[in-house]
Amino acid sequence: MIETSRLTEERIKEYLNEGKRFDERKLDEFREITIETGISKNAEGSARVKIGKTEVLVGIKMDVAAPYPDSQDKGNLMVTAELLPLSSPRFESGPPSFNAIELARVIDRGVRESKFIEMEKLCIKEGEKVWNVMIDIYSINDDGNLFDAAGIGAIAALKTAKIPKYDEEKEKVLFGEWTKNEIPLSKEIPISLTVHKVGNNFIVDPTKEEEDISETRITIASCDGVIHSMQKGNSKELGVDEFHKILDLIEKTEREIFKKIEKHLK
Amino acid sequence: MTAKKSENFERPDGRKPNELRKITAKVGIVPNADGSAMFGFGDTIAIAAVYGPKKMHPQHAQDPERGTLRCNYNMLSFSVTERIRPGPSRRSTEISKITEWALKPIVMIDDFAGNVVDVHINILQANASTRCAGINAAAMALAHAGIPMKNLVTSVSIGKLDKNLVVDLIKEEEDWEEGEGATDIPITLTGDGKISHIQLDGKITKKQLIEAVELAKEAGKEIYAAQKKALKEAGEDKK
Repeated sequence: MIETSRLTEERIKEYLNEGKRFDERKLDEFREITIETGISKNAEGSARVKIGKTEVLVGIKMDVAAPYPDSQDKGNLMVTAELLPLSSPRFESGPPSFNAIELARVIDRGVRESKFIEMEKLCIKEGEKVWNVMIDIYSINDDGNLFDAAGIGAIAALKTAKIPKYDEEKEKVLFGEWTKNEIPLSKEIPISLTVHKVGNNFIVDPTKEEEDISETRITIASCDGVIHSMQKGNSKELGVDEFHKILDLIEKTEREIFKKIEKHLK
Repeated sequence: MTAKKSENFERPDGRKPNELRKITAKVGIVPNADGSAMFGFGDTIAIAAVYGPKKMHPQHAQDPERGTLRCNYNMLSFSVTERIRPGPSRRSTEISKITEWALKPIVMIDDFAGNVVDVHINILQANASTRCAGINAAAMALAHAGIPMKNLVTSVSIGKLDKNLVVDLIKEEEDWEEGEGATDIPITLTGDGKISHIQLDGKITKKQLIEAVELAKEAGKEIYAAQKKALKEAGEDKK
């Protein structure tokens, strides 16, 4: 396992105390974000998101299934994430690691709780048949901040997704054939962002080195300042004043990121 | 065309029998990896990344005599029209091993005793011939990683649709039902023209199978040129 060395850790912290980072960014500054949609023809919708050297692919597939017992008249949402061994020397094949499970669940809750997908419109026959929306996230290169890349990817992929054709008589989805209908989405777009505490400083969009020495992190999915889901990761405690700082930083960053990615979300 | 072949035979996408789909090849697509590459036959796109040589874990899997090549083939859930469950399957396990065998003859890692070279292949978008695209990408990624190699390998699927031999099958052709139906023959050849991998599903005569291998050889030239060009371009970028 390659981890960030003690010496590097000290230097990163010294730099942060002076308001600097190794790659000359400010503490609250993201790396360059690029979004490409329609990257896989067989998916209902798909996106490639790069944040600096970090890259993820997100694809949407749909299927018809029975509704969950507690939501008989709503579609189902499923999010999975795979940290591909291809994307980092640290990832190994096998059953999903905790990190992959957490990533999927954090993105799931951001999309679900914000009600970004209008699930009630994905009901075909109440109590019997509804659409499944499956969001699958794959890491292609991990240089830190897979969380935020995955969040942006999920939104971008959903925005471009078309519902497959469905043969009502045969009760079969015609995979590979699409209607012109898009997945019904709310106008309010949830953005999922993470703030890390490194030493005594708060930063956004960590590189892998920075992420390694982060003592705690908070991920929040919000729409225009309204928070829909939150997750604190790692064990280090946070003071209330620190928590307030994080909320401010997320609010400010959400606006900035939204402006940057808006044109890809139409 | 010999007389016994069906008249007016046309491929669904209008290609000539010996015509490959458009090849895309690129090297250096995963910055974290020691070597990486993308290879595409039309809509079929594979990426591969190489990590190593590195110490083999777990220790009991180490070969004290020579280095180990380990391949892992995986399809992204949304790479096909009907979603596949993420993670390994019986099919992917088999293809992983086949890929390993296809590459082994050209990879010279005997000196790396106790170490492993990992090759991770992922299919981003599938329209048949994914294992062949994966093997082509893997060969490039290994070269890009600077692993000692005798040569590259080239992999292509040869098909027999009814009685007609074609190269580089698409999904529609795999599902061919007319006449004798479809026979799918993925073939991998080393740089010196030896077969390092061949599989077959369907029904074919010996004569046509020999012809199929010849077709794979011809197609291999084009694939090799694309691989070499991409590797060369990556080499120039480094300078």
